[in-house]
Amino acid sequence: MRTVLHMLRKEFLQIFRNKGMLPIIFVAPIVQLLVLVHAADFEVRNVRLMVNDMDGSPTSRALIDRFGASERFQVTVTHCCFEKGMAALDAGATDAFLRIPVGFEQDLRRSMHGSLMLDLNGVDGQFASLVLLYSRSIIGNEQVDLMQRLHGLRDAPKPPVDAIPRFWYNLGMDYKNLMVPGLLAVLVTLVGMFLSSMNIVREKEIGTIEQINVTPIRKWQFILGKLLPFWFISLFLLAIGLALGKLFFHIPIEGSVLLLFAFAGVYLWVTLGMGLFISTVSDTQQQSMFLSWFFLVIFVLLSGLFTPIENMPHWAQVITWFDPVSYFVQVIRLVLLKGSSAMDIARHFGIVVLYAAAINGLAVMNYRKRA
Amino acid sequence: MIAIEGISKRYDEVQALRDVSIDVPEGELFGLIGPDGAGKTTLFRLLVTLLLPDTGRMTFDGRDVVTDYRYVRRHVGYMPGSFSLYQDLSVRENLEFFASVFQTTVEANYDLIKDIYVMLEPFAERRAGALSGGMKQKLALSCALIHKPKVLVLDEPTTGVDAVSRREFWAMLRKLKDEGITILVSTPYMDEAAQCDRVGLIQDGQLLRTGDPATIAQAFDRPLYAATGEDAYRLLQALRQREDVEEVHPFGTALHVTARSDMDPDNVQRQLREQGFTGAHLAPIRPGIEDLFMRLMR
Repeated sequence: MRTVLHMLRKEFLQIFRNKGMLPIIFVAPIVQLLVLVHAADFEVRNVRLMVNDMDGSPTSRALIDRFGASERFQVTVTHCCFEKGMAALDAGATDAFLRIPVGFEQDLRRSMHGSLMLDLNGVDGQFASLVLLYSRSIIGNEQVDLMQRLHGLRDAPKPPVDAIPRFWYNLGMDYKNLMVPGLLAVLVTLVGMFLSSMNIVREKEIGTIEQINVTPIRKWQFILGKLLPFWFISLFLLAIGLALGKLFFHIPIEGSVLLLFAFAGVYLWVTLGMGLFISTVSDTQQQSMFLSWFFLVIFVLLSGLFTPIENMPHWAQVITWFDPVSYFVQVIRLVLLKGSSAMDIARHFGIVVLYAAAINGLAVMNYRKRA
Repeated sequence: MIAIEGISKRYDEVQALRDVSIDVPEGELFGLIGPDGAGKTTLFRLLVTLLLPDTGRMTFDGRDVVTDYRYVRRHVGYMPGSFSLYQDLSVRENLEFFASVFQTTVEANYDLIKDIYVMLEPFAERRAGALSGGMKQKLALSCALIHKPKVLVLDEPTTGVDAVSRREFWAMLRKLKDEGITILVSTPYMDEAAQCDRVGLIQDGQLLRTGDPATIAQAFDRPLYAATGEDAYRLLQALRQREDVEEVHPFGTALHVTARSDMDPDNVQRQLREQGFTGAHLAPIRPGIEDLFMRLMR
């Protein structure tokens, strides 16, 4: 154990002496957290909507006014043609193009049925579906008024079933509450995996491992001495990130912070083990960077950080079972937003413990002091 | 102290060592001499437990190197061919770290490294990466010595070091040998052979010969002459065309001529002068290790 302490002392000396690495460890993740949260904001505002009002009736104007009153839409009205609207959509001058056909009001009056045509820019699917959702709700609201006005019905025939949504654990559907914890999970993973793998490979690259391998230092002492510093640093970053999240984004902290750190403490051995494994199969820092990057991109995209795992096809969901990042993203959200207890995340705990044991076992087996 | 018996090692494409056997008794300064790529580094890396041999057996202080590798790692001081200390740690930090890895302290073994360390002392707080080549080499030697090893294995310690530092370094090695440390050192420089108690000549993974550096060259079994004259290049060609000359190699300013048994040096000298090499001169010389090497390498 004394030897491990000596290793730790040396590692911390080197880490804090490395003027290139220090900012990457401490400044970059914090800046990323503060900036990326805004970048990952999925709320849609200021949708540019062009309306071709061919009907020109009081009904169509009322509908347009309702779009205009919504803070989500910026409406421009044109009485010209279909081609002009499509050209604007093509040129990116508008996000959506709504056409109100001639006789819209008449149709409604006669048959209680009218059609509208909505063209959307579907390049960004998520954006388009949100715009559709907003449009539908505006049109739905307008319908009730229409029925009253056109048919003189006092008691508006409200739709028989009305679902009133309430978003639990994140009442305002505030994306920041979802993104800050998720991003924190990813950033902590990144530091653990990248830096630990690069740190070991560096010794290979500059040849110091030759000298170390001919000493009585044991494999586990060397590895522990290499990984522990990044375990401490990652936990420290998690603490800083949580504090910043609370301070700047007012994220809720419903559950036990201690529980979260206990989970993170175990989870980090998965990321450090990954780093160790990558370092055993690479000879240069460049190789280890590429490998870490490869795994990290897959892990993050499948982690459920940006797209809910439940929306993925079944085969992709199966892959996410093997994605350690997904467990941490889930747990950090569960504990912070939902206030889950240790019992609630026991399954996650178990899986992460198994994962850590497996990956570290594999990495240690693969780590050779001689060839 | 060290017994190497019939060691072979093959990398994917290259047979790095072929059936090499060396015995180094306790307290000897043994020099392994050979050109780049001869297999010196491979042999040393096998000996210090960094590689496993394909065939053969090595013992270190009577213990098997492969099975009892922990003993070897505790008692060997190894200095790899390239500088392998932490460039971002200071001289003192490096020394303290390696001492702690061997579960000892700098103070406990200070007497052994004292002579070397006093030269480093003024730079104790300087980063190892900022040291000059000669100083780096002294630090590396100090770190290899910090645990009082029984055997010191030095892979080309004098490569890329200036002449003065080289001489100093050999003086340090002789002192360490007097302390009773067995030393194995490799070098591509033939002129350093004289500094060793015994040398082994290695080429293409094969140990060509071992012996006393003063007498090993006697194995050179042909008369040898040094030829000098103007226009050395044409002289070399003229000599190579002769029937009674076996080999000619340029050595510094002279040409070393290996004669066939029927060669008469006076005759050769006369004929050369008749060919227009007016200053041509042939004199018998004693073969050196380099001459032997050239001959063994054929």
